[in-house]
Amino acid sequence: MPTNEQRVLTGSHFMNGDTACAEGALAAGCLYFGGYPITPSTEIAERLAHRLPAVGGAYVQMEDELGSIVSVIGAAWGGVRAMTATSGPGFSLMAESIGLAAMTETPCVIVNVMRGGPSTGLPTLVAQADVMQARWGTHGDIQAIALAPASCQEMFDLTLRAFNLADRFRNPVFVLADEAIGHLTERVVIPAESEIKRVPRRAAVLTPGEPFEPFRADETTLIPPMPLPGVGFGAHITSLTHDERGYPATDAVTHDRLVRRLSDKIALFSDEITQVEAVGLDDADVAVVTYGSTARTAKRAVTLARQAGIRAGILRLISIWPFPDAEIAALSARMKSIVVAELNLGQVRLEVERVARVPVFGAHHAGGALMPPEIILESIKEAARHGDGNRSRSTPSRPLAAV
Amino acid sequence: MATEIVVDRHPADLLLRSDRLPHIWCPGCGLGSVMSCYTDALMASGIPVERHVCVSGIGCTGRVAGYLSLDSFHTTHGRAIPYALGLKVSNPDLKVAVISGDGDLSSIGGNHLIHAARRNLDLTVICVNNFNYGMTGGQAGPTTPYGATTSTTPDGNVEQPFNLPHLVAAVGAVYVARWTSLHVRQLRDSIRTALLKPGFSFVEVLSPCPVGFGKANDLGDGIDEMRFYRRRSIVDDNANLEDVGLTMSEDEPIVLGNFVNRERTVFSPSVKKWAIEEVLNGQA
Repeated sequence: MPTNEQRVLTGSHFMNGDTACAEGALAAGCLYFGGYPITPSTEIAERLAHRLPAVGGAYVQMEDELGSIVSVIGAAWGGVRAMTATSGPGFSLMAESIGLAAMTETPCVIVNVMRGGPSTGLPTLVAQADVMQARWGTHGDIQAIALAPASCQEMFDLTLRAFNLADRFRNPVFVLADEAIGHLTERVVIPAESEIKRVPRRAAVLTPGEPFEPFRADETTLIPPMPLPGVGFGAHITSLTHDERGYPATDAVTHDRLVRRLSDKIALFSDEITQVEAVGLDDADVAVVTYGSTARTAKRAVTLARQAGIRAGILRLISIWPFPDAEIAALSARMKSIVVAELNLGQVRLEVERVARVPVFGAHHAGGALMPPEIILESIKEAARHGDGNRSRSTPSRPLAAV
Repeated sequence: MATEIVVDRHPADLLLRSDRLPHIWCPGCGLGSVMSCYTDALMASGIPVERHVCVSGIGCTGRVAGYLSLDSFHTTHGRAIPYALGLKVSNPDLKVAVISGDGDLSSIGGNHLIHAARRNLDLTVICVNNFNYGMTGGQAGPTTPYGATTSTTPDGNVEQPFNLPHLVAAVGAVYVARWTSLHVRQLRDSIRTALLKPGFSFVEVLSPCPVGFGKANDLGDGIDEMRFYRRRSIVDDNANLEDVGLTMSEDEPIVLGNFVNRERTVFSPSVKKWAIEEVLNGQA
């Protein structure tokens, strides 16, 4: 029988998605959570408030999301694995210091259990409309890393993976869940602790008498080893543009060198991040590109399409950022047309259109309910009708009430 | 003719990044004195240098962290305190101080300030108050005295300013002091006391900003504002904090002192010690 002091709750559980996310964080070795309650992510905070102190970690309920993300960044620099969890309105507030995390190369995990927006929107209901916000929400050029779980099992698995990617790339990593998955309850299998893979943080080594340069990266990984405070590095870490010494710089050459490295250290290694799942694509003419909870209703739509004589399949994006360009290009080479199904008015569709060389159709609604399979089916039928021509202008789906 | 005296060392060399000097602060600014008082207090605290961490926000005072040869973090505007919280909770052996300006700490970071004091986070906050936003060129902020002229209050400030010692004491700070950049010995001793005091300690330092604030408000150059401090300051450790608001006029005193020194339960969630080794070894 697992106990509260166990960091890895090995076994088979019937577990809520948000809870599975919290357990994934604990299995990853997360020892700090700073957050602010917000539906539909609150169960993550509640679970960790209960569990973290028992495993030697700390839960701090911050005064707002501006402070939550910054406390997480501070804790990461203190030397531990750290995270926060939120939903759209809180994610908007965190946008400010997500840039701080990227600029100072801080490994941390930010879970966004997406609900309907803009603004307060639909607090308790599903949407997937923060995808572009995750990519571009903070100012300046950053590379985002974002994972999109489609099951409670993936809430566990991808939260664990997010911590490993954060330490691998020294960057903030997003888990872009949606309300339907966060509040779903289903089977979650947690492996034995010995099977949990944890990527170590690359730590700087203090050499007495030698000047330490906290942002000197090696040319292979482009990632500098990270110093710990309190042991004598005397490192200066600034949100300003900085040189390899960590000192502020105001010249274009240093700025370009820094921002390019921050981008390249992820973009050039995106194949280590990209994760997709192909379902029924071997003989397909039409592919449905989808993610999160919509990938589940898309399965029904594809079954109905095949019953109607259309050879359709699914490419499920498990990682959304960096965008899987190579996988979409390969898909485009094999399909006659592509449907993008998502609970927003066309965010990932823009990316698919950028890469694909076949007609792209959208199956969208703005959120508030799961994506009905019928909307995706209708787009599959339209895609099958128009899939023989050259690349055409993509079509948005019609308003929900008209379907 | 005066003899030129050349020294190749300064008592605070150990704590300064001399390769970053000269600093960016204007002639007459009080920040150099404040930084010097902090380094003196740090050395007098008896806490090993490598355990000290300095965190700052954005603004002129925010640049202090970058000149100190410590583990130092220059964060986003207003966010030094939650950053310090994360450092302290994850690594309780650190002695964390926030040095930042009045606008950074009490305006854009005001919510973090009151909540850190409420929690009684083990943190020393040194708030350098120059009555305006200096880095951006002298705009009004929440500490600008009523009636004062700034570039965004050309007809005089119509808002009432914060009385910072009263504010932080009201929400729970266990140590509260106020000095000016003229009162370097008292300031150094207060910072040392604050560094050694468990819980949330707050030291306000009034500091001249002749370029951004002084000249527009008849306070003259930095040296003139220092003379004003000497002329108008009174020390009253037992002052009623409701009455220590600042008008920066010749009619009202500037009340200084070690106002509050009391005990409250210290905010204590912390990560256990072996955690960091685990992260570095991938055994987390």
